[in-house]
Amino acid sequence: MNRQAQGVVLLLLGGAVLKASLTDMYLRYVKESLQPFLIAAGALLVVAALMTIYHDLRKSDHEEHDHGHDHGHEKHHEPRVGWMLIAPVLGLLLVAPPALGAFAAGQSGSAKLQEADLYPPLPEGDPAKISVLDYATRAIFDKGVSMKDGAGKDRKVQISGFISQGPDGKQVLTRMMLSCCAADARAIKVGMTGRPPEGLSENQWVEVVGIYTATTAKDPVSNNDIPFIDVLEWKPIEPPRNQYE
Amino acid sequence: MRVTVTERPDVAADTPPGPKKERRIGSVEVLALLLIALVVFRGPIAQKIVEFPLLQTWTTVFVSIMVQAMPFLVFGVALSAVIAVYVPRSFWSKALPKHPALAVPVASCAGVVLPGCECGSVPIAGSLIRRGVTPAAALAFLLAAPAINPIVLTATAVAFPRNPEMVVGRGLASLVVAMIMGWLWLRLGKTEWIKLPHRPELDGLSKTRAFFGALRHDVVHAGGFLVLGAMAAATINVIVPAQWLQAIADNPWLSVIALAILAVLLSICSEADAFVAASLSQFSLTSRLVFLVVGPMVDLKLISMQAGVFGRRFAFRFAPTTLVVATGIATLTGWLVFS
Repeated sequence: MNRQAQGVVLLLLGGAVLKASLTDMYLRYVKESLQPFLIAAGALLVVAALMTIYHDLRKSDHEEHDHGHDHGHEKHHEPRVGWMLIAPVLGLLLVAPPALGAFAAGQSGSAKLQEADLYPPLPEGDPAKISVLDYATRAIFDKGVSMKDGAGKDRKVQISGFISQGPDGKQVLTRMMLSCCAADARAIKVGMTGRPPEGLSENQWVEVVGIYTATTAKDPVSNNDIPFIDVLEWKPIEPPRNQYE
Repeated sequence: MRVTVTERPDVAADTPPGPKKERRIGSVEVLALLLIALVVFRGPIAQKIVEFPLLQTWTTVFVSIMVQAMPFLVFGVALSAVIAVYVPRSFWSKALPKHPALAVPVASCAGVVLPGCECGSVPIAGSLIRRGVTPAAALAFLLAAPAINPIVLTATAVAFPRNPEMVVGRGLASLVVAMIMGWLWLRLGKTEWIKLPHRPELDGLSKTRAFFGALRHDVVHAGGFLVLGAMAAATINVIVPAQWLQAIADNPWLSVIALAILAVLLSICSEADAFVAASLSQFSLTSRLVFLVVGPMVDLKLISMQAGVFGRRFAFRFAPTTLVVATGIATLTGWLVFS
């Protein structure tokens, strides 16, 4: 791979990173907080590529510095590894794979949840909109106590996620949780009783309103608890901007 | 990096003069043709991938690892280009103790200041060696930096809110392993194992040209190997079912070995591995400490990058030794800390 080709590959790579980070596409793969760093890295790659192509086209008299220092190592295939950089470019520009869905959730099993020290009151509103992680944590560790109103009655909560296959073949509402990137994604699954959604295929996003129920199940894949929600109503929705929690 | 045949009179002399010209055009042309073909067949390719959830998940995980690593790679490479171009050689002989055996612990502790993951530290260590830093110290830095920096230790504390000793154990065990490996290198290492790739000679160029020359070279080179490592890691990530782990977790010795190997195979960024370790709750704390100590020091993408930056003879000796030392020290630390 000569320097011109390297310049082109760097330009494509930088362009792909910029395209992913200036749109919402990067949210399928990494955390939102990485965005400024991605933009900076993409920009630096583009600048490096343009400088490479510019210097190469000028055919400077420094050319001879680029050879004649062979240390006779690793034969000649070494520079070829640069071709591999086309793979992420294709991945980002041509394939642009979607965020992780039901397949990954089935593969990884339910995540081990972290017990919190205190559970603040639910947000205002009826139903209270909370994250799937928040619901699961309150359901498993707090037994739903913090989801009751002043009179000790279960408040209605609203959660959203995609449909995936649960333990006994029944559908569960799932959300993937990222710490860094999709390689470390863990699934949070919530089983549904009451009036669960019907006729939805896997990976369909759904918004569910329901109340706490004490039912739980074990995820056979990871041996962690799956909480349940008593569904009152549900509706299919478009995937949210950020599909991870 | 060796560029094309035409730019190397020494090799061009050995090859038939005929295809010389074609090869020079070759690289760019092949690239252009490949891209045109892919744009044309984009629809069918994307269609095929969507039909197979396994393939689609693999692609998502692979792209994620690359996107996640990209800022660390680019900034790590930029920092190493700064070291190569703007920091004078004399700086390092002043900054580090003269005696290599003393330079090792100093370099290990210097890892605290580099807030990044392992992808960035490989080119930086290569650059340090080029600038005359003793390999033992550069290698100790390479091992320590991704594991003991404040971001990684904070992430560990967040992931293990009930086990603050995990943070202490991780920091201490990683430092000790980095120093042992540095000193081992002084005793047993051979300089000829390290073959830094040929990089365009920078001395005769203007600072700007030299900086971008080094940047281009290292991104293409280390980045290429990062792609190979990311592909391997994505494969493992997608095909190893979580049930297998369950079966192993009950045996204390087996679980230590299993998580050491898993850390190597999964190649998770050191800033994220604590959360994964926390989720492997069926395993003992000691075996999870092993996971956290081994991961930033030996993993598929690191082995691939080390083979690229330091040469294969180096990587195939260094990585297994590090794995054994890291597993041993982390197990010992876990036994002391958690009992």
